Amino acid sequence: MPNEVKAFKPKIVAFCCNWCSYAGADLAGTNRLAYPADVKIIRVPCSCRVNPMFILRAFQRGADGVILCGCHPGDCHYTTGNYYARRRMTLLFSMLDFLGIEKERTRVEWVSAAEGAKFAATMNDFVATVTALGENKRLEDLRCKE
Amino acid sequence: MQGMMLNRAKELLSDGTVNRVLGWQAGEFVYDITPAVFETEEELDAGFVYNGFCGNNLSKYLVKETLKDGKILVFLKPCDTYSFNQLLTEHRIDREKICAIGIPCDGKTSGEMLKAKGISGITGISEDADNFVVDTIYGQTTVAKADALEERCKTCKSKKHVAYDELLGEDGEILDSHRFDMVAKLEAMTPDERFAFWREQLSKCIRCNACRNVCPACTCEQCVFDNPKSGIAQKAAADSFEENMFHIIRAFHVAGRCTDCGECSRVCPQNIPLHLLNRKFIKDINELYGDYQAGAEVGTRAPLTNYTQEDVEPSIVYHREGK
Ligand code: SF4
Ligand code: SF4
Ligand code: SF4
Repeated sequence: MPNEVKAFKPKIVAFCCNWCSYAGADLAGTNRLAYPADVKIIRVPCSCRVNPMFILRAFQRGADGVILCGCHPGDCHYTTGNYYARRRMTLLFSMLDFLGIEKERTRVEWVSAAEGAKFAATMNDFVATVTALGENKRLEDLRCKE
Repeated sequence: MQGMMLNRAKELLSDGTVNRVLGWQAGEFVYDITPAVFETEEELDAGFVYNGFCGNNLSKYLVKETLKDGKILVFLKPCDTYSFNQLLTEHRIDREKICAIGIPCDGKTSGEMLKAKGISGITGISEDADNFVVDTIYGQTTVAKADALEERCKTCKSKKHVAYDELLGEDGEILDSHRFDMVAKLEAMTPDERFAFWREQLSKCIRCNACRNVCPACTCEQCVFDNPKSGIAQKAAADSFEENMFHIIRAFHVAGRCTDCGECSRVCPQNIPLHLLNRKFIKDINELYGDYQAGAEVGTRAPLTNYTQEDVEPSIVYHREGK
């Protein structure tokens, strides 16, 4: 049916640190907590591994929202990684907003390995926010569109 | 001032304190100033200039120059001294091999600025406190500095030198320059207005890389933008995403280390107000993590390589004032 209008389902990229949030996502899975399948998890060794280019590249390749999850401040496996990530992401998000790019498309959330429920709730909430915003138009690369 | 500088440079050359002088030299036209290294008194006499066109920040050239043998003399305007300190902080230049002379600056103009005022056939320039006196083939014209200053000089942050071995002339004060006014104005717009503003500006970029090449904070041996695997190396942006990405990443890489020397905006052939991106980061850093001026002192820790446990959460961006 070529003219069928499909409901918009956002593509979400979630960078999750290996030690807390990825395990949190795992727990959400084993507890059978539902969150949308459009959330693609990318495992990183630490939240501070994510450099601003990763976030932009995710948008370029078609993400409608990008979320970074890491250990709670104070609980970083490498002691301080998430503190650096926190400053970087704050400044990056503020810059995106300064350029007029919807600030709600990016988010940082601290999720521990025990917080499977928080992980699922966070993802559900983020997906709802991005769904309301619609497709990512301001940081898209037309060459990467299907 | 040019005379005093020339004399001092010759003295230091002849008594062997330094073996080279880093200064400015006129190009094909008097307003085409380029940085130059002079090795003899004759070369100095033939080429050395210091006038209202000498905007170039010489500090970055020291990265390569201090790898060579012998000591080099460099002239630094007040804003250049901040870059100089920042380069020292980052261990990019060798202080032992430099003799730095601070020189006063009352603001710079450019051939482009004067031509926009309808002045052509420029053959020379001199200045008093408030005016540039421009010699042209049609005679002499006077332009008020307030009308002809480079953008960055209108919002000059400091007339005080923060680093030097010697000072020629009087040292000035740190100024209250209202340099964040335009950033605040943009912040007060709606996201749609901001987006339109930046699309118009950034779509002009031809990716000549001049802003990166001139920047004293951009001293990486291998720049991300030269990575052949990145898909964006050495080419003009193919679409709006690449334009946005280049500018976000360039500004981000210098965030916390950018001294707001204004070189990037000065050299941009497309007149993109790059300083607004840098200043947005500086303003955010000041507001969120406490006032910080890169290059004010040697050895301070840049805000992005630092943290406190009480730092604000990134979600502050959603709740801040503005629209
Ligand atoms: S100097 Fe201007 S045109 Fe050249 S790459 Fe930088 S912003 Fe683009
Ligand atoms: S980004 Fe621009 S203002 Fe900042 S240090 Fe580099 S050239 Fe100077
Ligand atoms: S843009 Fe980034 S990678 Fe390139 S020289 Fe500047 S700081 Fe280095």
